[in-house]
Formats: sequence, C-alpha cells, structure tokens
Amino acid sequence: MTGGEIIVGLEVHCQLDTKSKLFCGCSTDYRDDGPNTHVCPICLGLPGSMPVLNRRAIEYAIRVAKALDCTVIQESEFSRKNYFYPDLDKAYQITQYDKPLAEGGYLEIEGDDGRERRVQLTRIHVEEDPGRLVHMGNAERGRYSLVDYNRAGIPLIEIVTEPDMRSPKEARRFLNKLRATLEYLAVFDSEKEGSLRVDANISIKGSERVEIKNITSYKGVEKALTFEVTRQKNLIRRGHAVNRETRHFLEARGITQSARSKEQEHDYRYFPEPDLRPLHVQSWVPDITLPELPDARRERFMAQYGCSLNHARTLTGDLRLANFFETVVAGDPKGLSSLAATWTADTLIGELNYRDVSLDALDAASFSALLTLLKNGTITDKSGIEVLRVMLDQRLRGEPADTPNAIVDRMGVRKITATLHPAHKSIPSGNVPDPVTAAISDVLKEQQKAVEDYRGGKKEAFNFLVGQVMKKTRGCADPAELNRLLAEELKKET
Amino acid sequence: MAARQITFEPDDRYHAFLTVCRKAPHGDGKLTSVAIAVKDNISTQGIETTCASKILKGYIPPYDAHAVTLLKGAGAAIAGKTNMDEFGMGTTTENSAYGPTLNPCDPARVPGGSSGGSAAAVAAGMVRMALGTDTGGSIRCPAAFCGIIGLKPTYGRVSRYGLIAYANSLEQIGPMARTVSDVSLLMSVIAGHDRRDSTSYDRPYTHMPSAEIRGLKIGIPQEYFGAGVDPKVAGVVRKAIGRLEELGATTLPCNIPSMEYALAAYYVTCTSEASSNLARFDGVRYGPAADTKKPWHDAFREVRRAGFGTEIRRRIMLGTFALSSGYYGKYYAKAQVARENVRKDFARILDNVDVICGPTMPTIAFRFGEKSDPLSMYLSDILTVPVNLAGIPAISVPCGKVDGMPVGLQVMGRPFEDERVIDTAFAYEQAVKG
Repeated sequence: MTGGEIIVGLEVHCQLDTKSKLFCGCSTDYRDDGPNTHVCPICLGLPGSMPVLNRRAIEYAIRVAKALDCTVIQESEFSRKNYFYPDLDKAYQITQYDKPLAEGGYLEIEGDDGRERRVQLTRIHVEEDPGRLVHMGNAERGRYSLVDYNRAGIPLIEIVTEPDMRSPKEARRFLNKLRATLEYLAVFDSEKEGSLRVDANISIKGSERVEIKNITSYKGVEKALTFEVTRQKNLIRRGHAVNRETRHFLEARGITQSARSKEQEHDYRYFPEPDLRPLHVQSWVPDITLPELPDARRERFMAQYGCSLNHARTLTGDLRLANFFETVVAGDPKGLSSLAATWTADTLIGELNYRDVSLDALDAASFSALLTLLKNGTITDKSGIEVLRVMLDQRLRGEPADTPNAIVDRMGVRKITATLHPAHKSIPSGNVPDPVTAAISDVLKEQQKAVEDYRGGKKEAFNFLVGQVMKKTRGCADPAELNRLLAEELKKET
Repeated sequence: MAARQITFEPDDRYHAFLTVCRKAPHGDGKLTSVAIAVKDNISTQGIETTCASKILKGYIPPYDAHAVTLLKGAGAAIAGKTNMDEFGMGTTTENSAYGPTLNPCDPARVPGGSSGGSAAAVAAGMVRMALGTDTGGSIRCPAAFCGIIGLKPTYGRVSRYGLIAYANSLEQIGPMARTVSDVSLLMSVIAGHDRRDSTSYDRPYTHMPSAEIRGLKIGIPQEYFGAGVDPKVAGVVRKAIGRLEELGATTLPCNIPSMEYALAAYYVTCTSEASSNLARFDGVRYGPAADTKKPWHDAFREVRRAGFGTEIRRRIMLGTFALSSGYYGKYYAKAQVARENVRKDFARILDNVDVICGPTMPTIAFRFGEKSDPLSMYLSDILTVPVNLAGIPAISVPCGKVDGMPVGLQVMGRPFEDERVIDTAFAYEQAVKG
C-alpha cells in the first residue's frame, strides 16, 4: 500500500502592484490612509457605474504568464462570481471563470530530495479584490463590523497549481520561489501587508481532499498544511474518514477549523460579465520582454561569482538580497565574491532574522566596507560579527552610523599577529614580547593541567588552550598563526 | 457667469414625474433651455434617483450618467425624473413603488412601460423631449401607447454609464419626443463613444432626418402580423406600410423563425442579469437600512424583502434559478444560443431589405388591471424584445388609432443604421402630417 503520500495543490492570490485599481482610476496606495478614502462610484459599486479594464494589470498578468511558461488564451473573458457579503460592494466579484487569461505552465522548485522539480500550473486568471471588514471586538461576538472599500478593486492574479507538491515544505518553497519570480517581474510587492493570500488543498493519498481557505502568510501555509497532515493522518490511523470540507486557518493558534456548513454551500452562479468585452491579448505576448529570472540569476551567480549552489539559491531567491549582493561586490568582485556570498547568505541573514528586520536595515556600501576589512585581514571573522552587530544596532536605534573602520578602532579589535606586530621586530633586541606570544606563554603557565593532558596524548586539550589564548587577546588573534605558534611552543618545552 | 435656469412647474395630473426640478439650471448649446425629463433609472448628480423602487429611496447619485452630462453640455435643463416600472421591470408602469402613471390619451389606461413617465410627460406636453431606456421595449411600448416617437438605438451607440443596470447586455438609453426631428436632435446629443462604457462604440450621430425613401426595401415579417396580434392593430400598421410604399418603398415578406424562442431567451437573459445587478441593494451603502441587530445575511434578507416589489422579487428568483449550477446549461446557456439565432435571423433578413416594419405592440394600451397574470404581460413584449436580443436599432412612430388609442409602427434596421430607421419614420410622419 502506497498510502500516506501527501498531495498539495495551491491557489495563490497576489495583488498586482499597479498604480490604479483594476476597473477604475483610484490609487492602489491605500495602506497608510484612512478607511474609504480611495474609492469612487466604480469601486464602491454605485448603481449605474461600469468597470473599465486597466490594461496595465493585464500586461502585468501576461508578464507572469510568460515567465511561468503559461499559454495566454486567444479569447479570455471576465465573469461575475455572485455571492453576498458586506465587503463585496456589488454583491459579485468580477473574475475569470471558464475562460481564464492563461493556462498551463510550471514553476521549478527545489524538491524535498534537493533536486529541482516542476510544479505544473493549471491556470492564471485576473480578478478584483473585495473590500475589507474591520470587526469591532472579535469576529464571533463583536458588536458590529465596519467596512473599508479602499481595497475593493485592487487587481489580483490567482495562480492555480496542479496537486504537485508532496509536503508542506515543498509548498513553502513553491511560494518563496513564486514570490521571487513575481518580484523579479516587478509586478508584486511582497512587503505590502495582505498582498498575498493562499487557499491550499491537501489530501493524503486515498482519502478526501480538504481546502484550507485564506491563509495570509508564507509561514502560515506551511504551518496550516503541517497541522492538516497530522490531523488527517491521525484520522486515518484511527480508521476514521477524512471529510471533504473547507477549513479556516487560525493563524494565532496554528490550527485549522471546519468552516460552517453554510459557507460551504456556495453556488456562485457565474456568468459572463456583460459590461466588459472579451479579451484578445494573445498578440501582446511577443512584445513583453522578461527580465533575468531567479533560475538564470542563480546560474549566473555560480558562474560569475563562484557561489555554491546553496548560496546562489539563497541569494537569488529574493530580489532585494540578490541586488544587495551584487552591489556589495561591485567594487571588487574578485576580492569580495566569496566572502560576500558567505557573509550575506549566512551571517547577515541570520542577524537580520534575529532582529526581525528587513534588508533595508543596512546599506550595501557599509557592508562592503566591513567585508574589505575581513578580506585585508584587519579583523578576524569573530570580530567581524561583533562589528556587524554594532552596525545593525546603531541603525535600528537610529544612532549615527559609524564606518566599520571606526567601530573596529573604538572596540580595539584590530587583528593581532605576532609577525606583523611592532613588538615582533624588537624581539631580537628586547624582552617585550608581542601580545599573541605573551598570551601564549601566560596560558601555558596558567593551564599546566591542560598542557600535561596534551602532552599525555589528549589532543582535545589543544583546542582548549587555543580558546584560552583567544580569550586573552579578545578574539583578535589570527587563528592560523595562533595555532602555529602554540604548537611550536608546546613542542619547544618538551 | 450668472447661472441661468428655467422654472418648471408642470401640471402633472398623470403622475409622470417622481421628482420635479422646479428651478432647473441650463447652459448653452443645441438644446439651450430645453426642459428634458429623465427616466428615474438614469443617474443625475444631486437629484434623487430611485428606479421607482423603495430600496433606493433617498439615494442621491454623486455623479451624472454620461447621457446626462451630454444633455447638460448641450444646454438642456434637467426638468425632473420620470416614473417607471420598478428597475424597468414591466410593460405598464404599474410596477412603480410610487404609484402608476396614467396614459394622457386615456387616463383609464396604462401609458405602457417601463418608460411610462417619460412617454406621458412628452405626450401631455409637459416637456418637449425625454430620455427613456429600452431593455425589451421600454421606450417603444410607451411611445406606441401614448402616441409619441421613441428610438431604441443600436446597442453600444449611447453610453450606458450611469444607467442603473437591469439587463446590461440588452438595454440602451434612447430619445423620446413628439416629432421625429426632435428624436433625431436628442439622439445627436446623447450618441457617441464614452470610454467609461466598455461596450460603447465610436459611432456618433450627426444625421439630419430626410423624408426621401424611394427605393427603400422593407421586410414584413409574417410573425409580426400573426397570432396574438390584434387584427385591428395589424390592419392599421399594414395601412401605414402601404403609405411607405406610396412614397417609393418596396416591401418583401420575410420570416423570423427564431421568434418562437425569442421571448423565453429574453426573459432568461434579463432575469439572470437582473438577479446579479440587483444583488448590491443590501442596505449597506445606500437606500434604507434595516434596523436590526441580526447577522448580516438576515439583515440583507429583510432589507431586500421590504425594499423590492413583487415583480422584482419574481424576476430575481427566476434569474437566480436560471444561473444556478445544474440549470445554467439548460437555461442561461440555451438562451444565449437562441439569442444568437435571433441575431442571425435579423442579419439574414437585413441582407435583403433595408429595414423591417411591423407593429410595435400587439394591442393598444391596456386598461389598468387588465393584465393581471405575469405570463400574459410578458407575452405583450413579443414584438419588441427580438430587437434587444439582436442589438439593432428600432423606432416606434404613431401610425393611426384603434378604438381612439394610438398605434405604433415599428421600424427596425441594421446595426448602426439608426439614421435609416429615423428617415423611414420621418418620411411616414411627414407624409401623414396633413
């Protein structure tokens, strides 16, 4: 029995980053403004108003279709999806039903086995966003709700996948890759709140399918699916059937909950929107040029900068990060590429995540200056991290940002090497040792027991002694040199 | 610049108006200071627009319909808003939530509908011209019943922006007046492209009516003189067509086999679209709100039950049913096939003839309450709805009387040949003028 295989398909709704709404001239830049300030007779659905299609939104959608290798349909059409809800100004949503803009296509993702694999797409269609309800109190027992139509009419594309993903992690990777692709295409801004919403279909092979509605974050998709996998597998294990149903994801509690049966009985009564003409836009496709997309950029990063596959994947998996990386190394590609790949993909991302801030927290020039200090051996890796933390914290606190060089000086973490130290030259004539040599001899005196252990054959004691010397030099000793000098000293005294 | 205005104080004994603008401002142009009545489903900025429904009571549009903008630009004064069947759903204007309009030719009879208020206002001489709307005959029927002229333009020739939709794919705003020249003049003001209506065409109307119709070929569809058509009405119309022949036109009999399904196709299409168009009237944004602490779906139901009249609720139910999953293919999709057949029949006939003539309505105006069941009411639209299904232009021009009541001659033409149907009507009007 092959039971237990997880089958996931997604319906991803993304707001297209146009200047005006899908069917009227209202601005889409509503997030910082008061409720119902970006509205007109059309997006309020006032009687007698009529939709006029925003050609730019269609162009954006075709850009996406082309990038994902979808076929733009010769004649597509808008339809009305009829349902009552207070946030839906016309009591129908203008969307596409049986004649979507584009069909087919695929997106390549890294599978759970680490290999690239294709997630096939079913279709891409264009539709309008409804308004938004603001519940006063909680949604269940609130005293009343307010309606904000600023969002009504924002253009969305819905990308529907085939049930091609095999785990919640793959679904997450699909979304990340899709987000990157849309951002490369300059049609989508993932930083805008609510710009992406996902409906996820999940089943365990051989059982019924469950739809999880309206998940609003990338993490949420993985969480909701993981919860469902456990829930469904438990049901099956106990011999219960999985009901075919719609469930909601409760983000705060990390669980899914069965939707009320009323919500599952929708008959949307689709029919062609009589106020819009059918779309004939296949001929636009050849004229739309695509920028370099994530996969191509990943290959280029490996070829041009010698990045590892993993680093290249991470760096190109986010448009801002990829641009940041290229700006950082621009001045000295040969010298900085390798350092920048590690320091951007591993160190910087880690520090940013820890602080829960975006890449905007740091400018590429300062980061480049820090990497140059590392490249020149002015500071050790360990000090580099300390300096980076200071740089980030200064910016987050809104303090004046010092140059990495100034921070190094203030912290006194310039790398110390015995051979380059001024004192080194004086060894033949004087008795003043350089700080590294001095630290070594101090440690050897203080840590007699470890020295004996080492000489007695316990090689791990060496690392302990290195650590002690590092501590004395406050992390500024050149690790390679320290290893060499310490080994020499230990040999000497035998 | 001093704002100019007219004083409009009509003796509205027929209840043609829902709103009268006693002081109506106007500008300069082709229609300087001409008082024009506007059907109450056409949005007028600052003037209450109710579609003769309780559900829109108190709704004052913040914008003008495109046709109204054009009227104002031509110097016309918006004299008031005229009564109608609620949301355009009716053939008599009896379905107004604010009471019926009376026929100025005989106040015991209906003025026709749904643009009954506009027709009565024009027929009674309260205004020189009016705007009506025609979804399945709503301009031509009251024009015929009240003895005036009304044009249903080619679909897409007049912008629908601001027309409160009943059945988007069928309806047009059109001119109504006592002379063909005035209908033509008003048409020249309201026709033309509007980028806010994606179904509008860039086909302005700049025509001056001409009575020269020698050589005009007229198709006479047998179905327009058959069962269900009052023989006296048919006789009057045949005589009128004879008059056109005297003026140099030739006639050719023809058939419209798709007529058999036209009425069903029409009612399925218009009720389907209406069920969707009218769904937005839920009390959230405009119109009277329900005073309720109930969940929103119960509140919506209450608002809609209280706000819509019987005929509206009947049509919403019919349309909702026709679009339901499992029935869509049987009804809505089939209706579109039938509609396409009607279009093809007209195209085929109009390949051989220039215009098609027949009666506008199968009978003269009904007495109030005469048609009590919906089905027989729907049947009276049989001669007007095919034109809307096909999207072609058609005019109704008075052509005589039966039992003292006016009869309308309907002239239908090729798409975008509104000029030719106007010329045909003009030729007839000039010939019988005296």
